[in-house]
Amino acid sequence: MNETTNPTNEKPGAHATGGVAHVADPRVLLAVFAALIGLTALTVGVSYFDFGGLNIFVALGVATVKAGLVALYFMHLRYDNLFNSVVFLTGVAFLGLFLGITLLDTVEYQPGIETFQESQLK
Amino acid sequence: MPHDHDQTDGPPLAHHFDSLQQQFDSARLGMWIFLVTEILFFGGLFCAYAVYRANHPAVFVDGHHFLQTPLGAFNTCVLLLSSLTMAWSVRAAQLRRRGTLVAMLGATILCGLVFMGVKAVEYRHKWEHRLVPGQARLQYWFSDEHDPNGVEPPKEFLPDREYIREHLEAAGYTDLTDEQLDRRVANLRTFMAIYFSLTVLHALHVLIGLGVLTWLLLGATRGRWTSGHFTPVDLVGLYWHLVDLIWIYLFPLLYLIH
Repeated sequence: MNETTNPTNEKPGAHATGGVAHVADPRVLLAVFAALIGLTALTVGVSYFDFGGLNIFVALGVATVKAGLVALYFMHLRYDNLFNSVVFLTGVAFLGLFLGITLLDTVEYQPGIETFQESQLK
Repeated sequence: MPHDHDQTDGPPLAHHFDSLQQQFDSARLGMWIFLVTEILFFGGLFCAYAVYRANHPAVFVDGHHFLQTPLGAFNTCVLLLSSLTMAWSVRAAQLRRRGTLVAMLGATILCGLVFMGVKAVEYRHKWEHRLVPGQARLQYWFSDEHDPNGVEPPKEFLPDREYIREHLEAAGYTDLTDEQLDRRVANLRTFMAIYFSLTVLHALHVLIGLGVLTWLLLGATRGRWTSGHFTPVDLVGLYWHLVDLIWIYLFPLLYLIH
């Protein structure tokens, strides 16, 4: 919430929630929704172009921007205690570790698997 | 919930909390920790996806021709709309607007039902062409031809080869030999196993979300969340947004492969 629309510097609707939570601005919610639909159209649109090896990164990049918008505005992380963001990002970081290390490992065994499959096909 | 500090305005403060602020923050933190376990729960399947895709990219390029991208894109928009109405529900509960809360929760449930309906259409299409994992064994088991001595299901229960051939030809793979087609059918079954594990787990979360939303809606009509105690709406909102967030990744990963 920016200060200009809220000169008293109080959380909007603070009296209604006992001041414990941020009340979303409807204009922000609608703008975020419009951006999410726009990005969905974009990700479908760019899927018809070939960026070679970058395809997956373009798709995941757009998805991450969308996920960020949902987390920051719909899930209130931007206005929430920073600690909740830390919890969320820790989870994401561990997912990254899990995927990254597993991928490094499986690629190692791929030649062995291929040799085995070839021998089975005969 | 204990009512030691009975208040007519706002939620009751449980005795082990110092303030309503601390009580609300604890509830949200607890929900976020649960959401992290959900992310890691889905992480196992995302990992299966990543391993197969990294090692066999062609399987995914072929496989995605068998998904209906327009339906997937439509469902993405429906789920995003439901996230908007969910965020609006939280706002309405905070501002004690009972009518708006009921309408927005209703709209969220409606979007969830549309999502499930479209998913059912997609799954039915896969079923008709015998592409659902485990379908061959299941249908064979319940058929008159079932042999209890444990032989493999006969050909007519396995994926529809002619359909797969036609689809691959339309995608530009002409003149496939029988052996090449066999391999592609096997690959498609792997792709479908990953597609179904991910989307069925996600759909299960949508169904659970619909159940909790219905509970919220019933409470909302009686004004339970609009007298200051909006925390349940807020927490269900977080869960629903996470389900949306996971779909945001599933859609490009499954439907939009170049």
